Formats: sequence, C-alpha cells, structure tokens
Amino acid sequence: MEKFIGKSVYGAVAIGKISVFKKRDADVKRVHIDDIDAEKRRFEEAKAASIEQLGEIYEKALKEVGEANAAIFEIHQMMLDDDDYNDSINNIIESQSVNAEYAVAVTADNFAEMFSNMDDAYMKARAADVRDISNRIIDNLSGEGAKTGSSGEKVIICAYDLAPSETVSLDKETVLAFVTAHGSSNSHTAILARNMNIPAVIGVGDEFLAKIKDGDEAIVDGFTGEIFVDPDEETRARLSKKQAEDEAKKSLLQQLKGKENVTLDGRKINIYANIGSVDNIGAVLLNDAGGIGLFRSEFLYLESSDYPTEEEQFAAYKKVLESMAGKKVIIRTLDIGADKQVDYFNLKKEENPALGYRAIRICLTRPEIFKTQLRALYRASFYGNLGIMFPMITSVSELTKILDICNEVKAELKEQGVEFSENVELGIMIETPAAAIISDKLAQMVDFFSVGTNDLTQYTLACDRQNPDIEQFVDTHHEAVLELIRMSADNAHKHGKWIGICGELAADTSLTETFLRMGIDELSVSPTFVLKVRDTVRNIDLSK
Amino acid sequence: MVSKKVTVVNEQGMHMRPAGELAKAVKAHPDCEVILNANGKSVKAKAPMQIMSACIKCGNEVEIVCDGADEQAVLDEIAAMFESGFGE
Repeated sequence: MEKFIGKSVYGAVAIGKISVFKKRDADVKRVHIDDIDAEKRRFEEAKAASIEQLGEIYEKALKEVGEANAAIFEIHQMMLDDDDYNDSINNIIESQSVNAEYAVAVTADNFAEMFSNMDDAYMKARAADVRDISNRIIDNLSGEGAKTGSSGEKVIICAYDLAPSETVSLDKETVLAFVTAHGSSNSHTAILARNMNIPAVIGVGDEFLAKIKDGDEAIVDGFTGEIFVDPDEETRARLSKKQAEDEAKKSLLQQLKGKENVTLDGRKINIYANIGSVDNIGAVLLNDAGGIGLFRSEFLYLESSDYPTEEEQFAAYKKVLESMAGKKVIIRTLDIGADKQVDYFNLKKEENPALGYRAIRICLTRPEIFKTQLRALYRASFYGNLGIMFPMITSVSELTKILDICNEVKAELKEQGVEFSENVELGIMIETPAAAIISDKLAQMVDFFSVGTNDLTQYTLACDRQNPDIEQFVDTHHEAVLELIRMSADNAHKHGKWIGICGELAADTSLTETFLRMGIDELSVSPTFVLKVRDTVRNIDLSK
Repeated sequence: MVSKKVTVVNEQGMHMRPAGELAKAVKAHPDCEVILNANGKSVKAKAPMQIMSACIKCGNEVEIVCDGADEQAVLDEIAAMFESGFGE
C-alpha cells in the first residue's frame, strides 16, 4: 500500500480502479507555412468548432451544476472571441509564417503569463482558463481530443490537472473521484467538483502520477485528502465503513434538508450551528442550519502571535456574515483564560483558573482589547444579521459596564461616519448560577440569552470538567441545572426576550422534548448534529 | 464623446462573469467604442481579457468613455451595469 496526500475539495470516500487521464502531447511544433490565408482559415474553423463544443458543454453543465456554475463556459466562448486574443494569433501567423497551432500556443502563453503576474489570487487562477480554451483550439486544429481510458466501468480519474471544461465533459456516471497532481482550490475545476458532489483531491504532487497506472486499486478519502494505492485489508475495511456512514448521513440529509424544525403539533424552534472558525461555514450551510448560534471568536486570538487588529477581525466577521447571507450570526466576544491560554496576553498562573481571570473579566479590565473587538463587530454588522453575545456574566453591574462600552463604540463610529447596523441584537451567556438566578433583571437589559450548559453544569455542581476522576459525579441531566435553565427561560419570556442553548446539552436528543416544553426558542449545536436534532423535533408531539 | 465615473460595487471586482457580461453588452453596439479608464490603464470594454487585465477591484473608480452611435444611451446602460454590481 502507498499513501499520498493532497488538498481535499469535496468530502466523500471513493473506492475503485484508477484511470489515468491522458492529455494530448503538450509540445506544439513550430512549422513554417506558405499559405498564410489558408492557415488563418484553419484557425477560424478550429475556433468556430471550439465555440460550438463549448456551447454543448454549457448545456451539459447547465443541467448538472446549474446556471451560475455553467456561466464559465459561456465566458470561455467570449474569450475565444476576444479581439486582442484573435489579433495576436493572426499577427503571429502572418508575421512569422507559422502554423496556427504554434500561434495559438504562443498567444496562450502570453495571456496566461499576464494573468499569472497579476497581484490578485483570483486573476492569477485565470491563467488556467486561457490555457483551457487555447488547448481546445489546438486539439481541434490537430484533430485530437483528450480521452479517458475508461470503458464504462466507474473509475477514479487521476490527472496532472483538469481544466474546467474537461471536468464537466467527463461522464458523471463513470467517475468515482478526481485526483490531480496540481491545481488550486480557487479553480473552477474545484468549484465544479464540489457542485457535482464528486470526491476530489488536488495538488497531490508529481510523484503520485509517476507511481500509478491504469487499473490500480485505490481509495480516495475526500475528507482527509488521503489517497491509498493498493490498500491493505485494514485500510479497506476502515474506509468502507466510513463510506457507508457518510452515505447514510447524506441520505438523511437529503430527506431532511429544507424541512422545517417543527413538532408534530406545530411548535417551531430554531436550530443553529456552533462554529469556531471561518472554515466551518461550509459545514453550517451543508447541514442546513438556520443560522450560527455561537461563533467562538477565540480562534482569531489563538491563531495569532499578537493581538489581532481591528482590520483583521473586521475581515473575518464580515466574511462570516456575508457567507450566511442574512441568516442570524451570533458572535461571542473573547472567551479566553481557564483552559484556553494565549501567550501574548501574559496571564498569570492561577490556582483555580475556571473561577479566575477569564472571558468578560479580561475584557472589562483591559477595555482597549474589548473595544477593538466591538468596533470590528459593529463595522461588520453592516454586512448581515449580527448578534453579539457576552460570556461569563454574573452581575447587573458588569452588564451595565458592557452596554456603556457598546454605546461608546457606536457613538465613535457614528462620529467617524462609519456604517453599521442599528439592529444588532445583544445577548449574554447564562453559564453561571448567578446569571440564572438574577435572570429576571438581566433579561430587561438584553435582547436574548444563550445557555452555556458546560460551564453552567461545572459551576452548579462544583465539578471541574477537566478532571476525569470526578466524572461519576457530573450528572449533565441534574435537576438543579435544568431548573436554572427553566428559570432563565421563564424570565426571558416574561420580558419578551428569546432564549437559546448553545452548550453540549443542546445536541442531547434525550432532552429535546424537555427543552421544547420549557419554551426554549433556539438550539445551537455542532453542524453535524443539526439534522439529527431536526429529526428528533419532527417526531415530538407536545400535545400529549 | 461622453464619459462618466462610476465605482465598482460588486465584491470580487471585475472578475470573469462581470467582464464577460460587460463585453457582451458592449458588443451589442458595434458602432460605439467603449473604453474603461481604471488604475492608470485604458482598456477596450468589448474584450473580456482586456477588462480583466486592468485588475479592477471592488471600490475602484472607473471612467467609462463612449464614442460613436447612441453614445449617451450606451453610456447609461454600461453605467447602470456597474452601479447594480452586475447583479451580484
């Protein structure tokens, strides 16, 4: 068995035989020609044929990947009609008395180089599009086309790189997976593979191609980006299981996607997702979450070697809000300390860090850090539906200070003429018994509550959640914890506010009915649990 | 000859799709030449690759210059495309 690693483009497992995708010999020969007009006509004919083929590919793509993704081929057709591109080819044929193939290849190199040299990742990736359309003309000129070695059997296509048109042209019925030695995740090929739901791994490297041949047995793990050639029994068994689990999950997804989170007797609840990084947004959308109930902003601080700037934070928050396209996004302000340590904060070692200098306590004693984050959040609020949530609240006076700082930040932005939304919801985590007990007062000051059950359990039961020796004493369903949640829900509703749960208990389906009966308005869970909880909700009848 | 300055509002700037749509719209008026001045470059708006070569990004100012038949109508049409963010 040999293992290779690349970059995953679409997560799924494929098991089957390898087919090496062969391209036309890349070398184009320079040939002297005498009849320049005839050569120009050859070029025009090959171009016309290319435009016609792209029209067919466009039609195929329209059916398989939708209009937005098919548009690329319409644009490819237009690129072939680009005046500069055509002038360049005709000039080369005429001034150098050379064959059309050569003129196209040289022009393609020049345009591809122009794009490669641009100071923009997107534009750089366009070099591949120029090569794609040019290779098509050359293929038509030489009467050749790229062929797969496939004979109807489903195969894993392995190639040096795949052009967008090649990706769509492949018969989906015969492709198990794509593996390419090169390519960027920004490319249209990657985007198309994702939309065609085909496992794909790119950038595996040249040595991979050197070591494989048609007919080799292989497994592609699109989740990890791993490729196993000639897999051993153990690997085969492990990945067959992973494949079956994934397929079961995807079929559940198909059944439940787009369905409402509603009980048999008509009670609705929001099911949102918890995430800890911008990279998780794909999973949120894939699992059909109604919003983001907890976005842990710590990653910005943990991944950085110094305090993240306002601009860095603004860019990350804006990206999340835009990606969620108007759906609710609740971002929790900095929650470090205790088990989450960041060097540059220079926090002292503590005897009892869970009860120590953490979260909002850091923000209130070092307001410059807090204000930087709030400024970034408010600026980003312009781009979507933002809620801001504060962790570790224990008193009214803390919350008063926080709201004062928020108002200060807003006044500053207004004075500077910076745009922000006036509809940002402010909420607090209910994760200390103190907050639950005074929730009647707190509810009057904010727009929503979100219960952090992990900390609430730890503080209520006086059980350190990091200590494995006391696990038997940690009853996550303890009536005291549930009573505090009920109390908070009643107080929230008394003042017309909503309440969610974003801790691990939210995904505990043995409690879903209890939470619904308490009137909980929102459950925020890991993206992968969204559909499981939806399934549970849809089978509950509260009228009984 | 007429001209107008517009600001690019679509987030990804003049990437392939808007460049393609713009070129398509310009080509529908073969008797009117349309030039874009942006980032110190001057490019013909009927050629998608030229448009992209100016690397026009979100927030950039672009001067649209139209010269020829129905130049004011063409200018209005092209300016409206920019202002609507090419439907993005």
